[in-house]
Amino acid sequence: MEEIIQHLTPLVKEISGYIYPNEIEMHWSLLIVLYPYITGLVAGAFILASLVKVFNVKELQPVYRISLLTALAFMLVAPLPLQAHLGHPEKSFEIFLTPNVTSAMAMFGFVYMWYLMAVLQLEIWFDYRKDLILWARQEKGIRKWIHRFTSFFSNDISEKAIAFDEKAEKIITILGIPSAFLLHGYVGFIFGSVKANPWWSSVLMPIVFLFSAIVSGIALVLLIYMIVTPMRSKQVDMNCLDKLASFLFYAMIVDFSLEILDFIHRIYESEESIHILSELVSGKLFISLVVVQLLIGMIIPLGAIAVTKAFKAPAELKKLIYFTSAILVQVGIFSTRWNVVVGGQLFSKSFRGLTAYKMTFLGLEGLLVAIAILVLPLIILYVLFKLLPPWEEARMKIPVIQENINENN
Amino acid sequence: MKFKFNPDDLKSLVKKSFSSDNINKRRQSMKFFWKNLPEQIRRLSVVAVILFALPLVVRQLLIPTDFGKYGHYRASALDEIVSQEIHYAGRELCNECHDDVVEVKYNGYHKTLTCEVCHGPAFAHTEDDAIELEAPRKRSYCPTCHEYLPSRPSGFPQIISARHNSRKACIKCHDPHDPKPPETPRECKACHAEISYTKAVSKHVDIPCTRCHQTPEEHKIRPREVLPSKPHNREFCGSCHALDAESSEDIPRIDLFEHERRYNCWQCHYPHLPEAN
Amino acid sequence: MKKWQSENANGMKRRKFIKNILFSLAALTTPAVLSAQEALKKLQTWIIGEDYNPFEHYWGMGIDINKCIGCGKCADACKKENDVPKAPFFFRTWVERYRIFKSGKTFVDSPNGAINGFRKPYYESEDKDKVIRSFFVPKICNHCDNPPCVQVCPVGATFKTPDGVVLVDGDYCIGCRYCIQACPYGARFLHPEKRTAEKCTFCYHRVVKGLVPACVEICPTQTRIFGEIKKKASPLMRFMRKHKIGVLKPSLNTEPKVYYANLDMEVR
Repeated sequence: MEEIIQHLTPLVKEISGYIYPNEIEMHWSLLIVLYPYITGLVAGAFILASLVKVFNVKELQPVYRISLLTALAFMLVAPLPLQAHLGHPEKSFEIFLTPNVTSAMAMFGFVYMWYLMAVLQLEIWFDYRKDLILWARQEKGIRKWIHRFTSFFSNDISEKAIAFDEKAEKIITILGIPSAFLLHGYVGFIFGSVKANPWWSSVLMPIVFLFSAIVSGIALVLLIYMIVTPMRSKQVDMNCLDKLASFLFYAMIVDFSLEILDFIHRIYESEESIHILSELVSGKLFISLVVVQLLIGMIIPLGAIAVTKAFKAPAELKKLIYFTSAILVQVGIFSTRWNVVVGGQLFSKSFRGLTAYKMTFLGLEGLLVAIAILVLPLIILYVLFKLLPPWEEARMKIPVIQENINENN
Repeated sequence: MKFKFNPDDLKSLVKKSFSSDNINKRRQSMKFFWKNLPEQIRRLSVVAVILFALPLVVRQLLIPTDFGKYGHYRASALDEIVSQEIHYAGRELCNECHDDVVEVKYNGYHKTLTCEVCHGPAFAHTEDDAIELEAPRKRSYCPTCHEYLPSRPSGFPQIISARHNSRKACIKCHDPHDPKPPETPRECKACHAEISYTKAVSKHVDIPCTRCHQTPEEHKIRPREVLPSKPHNREFCGSCHALDAESSEDIPRIDLFEHERRYNCWQCHYPHLPEAN
Repeated sequence: MKKWQSENANGMKRRKFIKNILFSLAALTTPAVLSAQEALKKLQTWIIGEDYNPFEHYWGMGIDINKCIGCGKCADACKKENDVPKAPFFFRTWVERYRIFKSGKTFVDSPNGAINGFRKPYYESEDKDKVIRSFFVPKICNHCDNPPCVQVCPVGATFKTPDGVVLVDGDYCIGCRYCIQACPYGARFLHPEKRTAEKCTFCYHRVVKGLVPACVEICPTQTRIFGEIKKKASPLMRFMRKHKIGVLKPSLNTEPKVYYANLDMEVR
């Protein structure tokens, strides 16, 4: 208690205007910024993968498995920031016991479980099953057993079974697209449905979240592909990279238009809250919204990619531009999440003043934990890459002479 | 070969598997049905049963038994909330022992106040008189309500403590249980502080209240029952501000017959702070 | 606001009624309708006991802004009655002072929730002659009839009782703070020690025993009126007959049950 009071007391000086006395404490801080950021990456990476399966974008085949594993790695971490920010993390299971049907947040567990179990892992399982069986046959020791276990001791690599895998995968992907939309649109809805908060309360919120998710997911896979390929001393597939950049570009245009639409709509409708919101945007949010989110995270990378499209740039230059753009996009999207989550709490619901936020370094809701949560999926991804190599050359061909395998062993 | 999922396949599989009603045969046919499903489905359904059925059972065991009895919440939460300790006893309880003080208070200006306003939460005291209550005697206490603040409603008795017998404790002159002033206040501002201080910075500063409001002495004792008078026509203001009024030449004049005849003067000019644009 | 008049005879809340109908429709069977009514009957035997039947009451509060002297006794009494943390960041009720200037600017303050009152002497207040109007406004949880906080609680740790009081189950609350975000009135806070949401309970522990909330009990000028909304003879109904009343942020359709007389448009 003393700690909290010591944390809050200096904030009083940073308040401008009048805020309700209970509003000094910022309740959703850095960790809740991470939550939509991470689920956005998941949804974006998955939608990228579905481009290959559903829309038959052949150029993106090299990143298909990478994006699935990326989605999985980040998905596994997604509930951590939520869990850590709770006042009582040990009671979080109650959300599964007695979910309140009118609560957007109560649905989180179910949306998450559905997406993780029924979509993401299932699709990965079907995609890898044949390879898992064939890898296991060549391997020895622990890897053999890991692969056998992850295939659930499956054995059938008959033509019929593989055809079934492909069919199932396609069905799951088709189901997966609305599910990915649900996963992240739903996160947007958590904020967009809070009528008390004019900065959040917007019907566009889920859609803006969704498109920014696609942007961030594509940019992340592009980054991972560009970093990992040279590390394996392989050549980056330029066709694939160009295609990734194109999709990134289109998604950004849609995202940018939606954000601008939201902005214009607010100014044009000019509701009661407009005064405090413009004070917020031109003051405490100016750097993170106008400079980082819009200029650095959106306009500069958009322009840069547009230039590579307009003038046929040499491959090396293109790579450099794509790489920097993707990094800028990540910074921009993180800033987008920041501006939504933190920005929405920087003004009083009395619309008469601005509150303040001071990030802590240590503690459950501090910077250190946040960094750990951001690094963790990369570690998981490394392990996944080791266990389930997503590279094209790791794909196994079915041996021509098939052994007679007993299905029941 | 492309795998095509055909609903008829499943139908015929079901038919083939469950056509006979002989129990022994049926057991075998179950096995047949299971074996003929694609291998993937068989493996996954086992995993699904473990992953979903088990948590479902555990969930049923963990839900609090009283949850949902009245609504989507724990019914016993109400018991817990209702069992919270009471600190403020309420005004009826004081009467049982202190009826003499309550009687005095009942007839005075503080009749709407419960004893606990000044004496603090008294529930513990009602159970055990050894627990003594606070009785604020300091001069700094009464101004919480009676210090002049422009935001306070007019008519509420207010003082400026710095100027009001600045060294004496309030209770030296005022009995807090019957706080009538030791002598009837001579000045209106004892109660009408807001008006008085507004007037103090206005052009009307030198006009006594009684010039416009005839005030019966009785008003000072029974303020809400006996009211002072108020001016009721333009001519009253005109006695100073009309073109032909016999008043000092510095006073602004107006042609009563030309100037906004449909209004009474105080509909636009606040008499306690008269302003002309 | 006049919603209780359109309720059916057995006092069932309209929303609950609609909910029941929806549930019944979903089941599409007659037994479901019957069982819903059965369940409602069971509700009548209430956990609190024979002395208090929540189905016979519906509580609300009236606040007359013209009467408030800004002494802050209510905020102080609330903290004492409910053991609210003393630090100046946690309030179940507080008093705001509004000063509206000629320039159109409005200045609001509430030093320490007004627990020690407003002590600023007159000669320090800014440009007295430039203030056009000034008053105090006590604030409290509005115990909305359509409470956004209850809507968003993921686990059912905050709820509305049959007598219209919005409560928090501190033992069940997971501390996600969605309800704090959803409350348009800033009436909720996270208890710094318990790490669960907290708010005004209308002093439910007093009300079920026939007492009024501590803030109402203590108010020296009877600015705050507590009473029944559904009964013809109640101090609150008298208050609502006598005054033109308003509620805070009516456009959000939260249907507050704290009614303000002489509410100024600047109050939010």
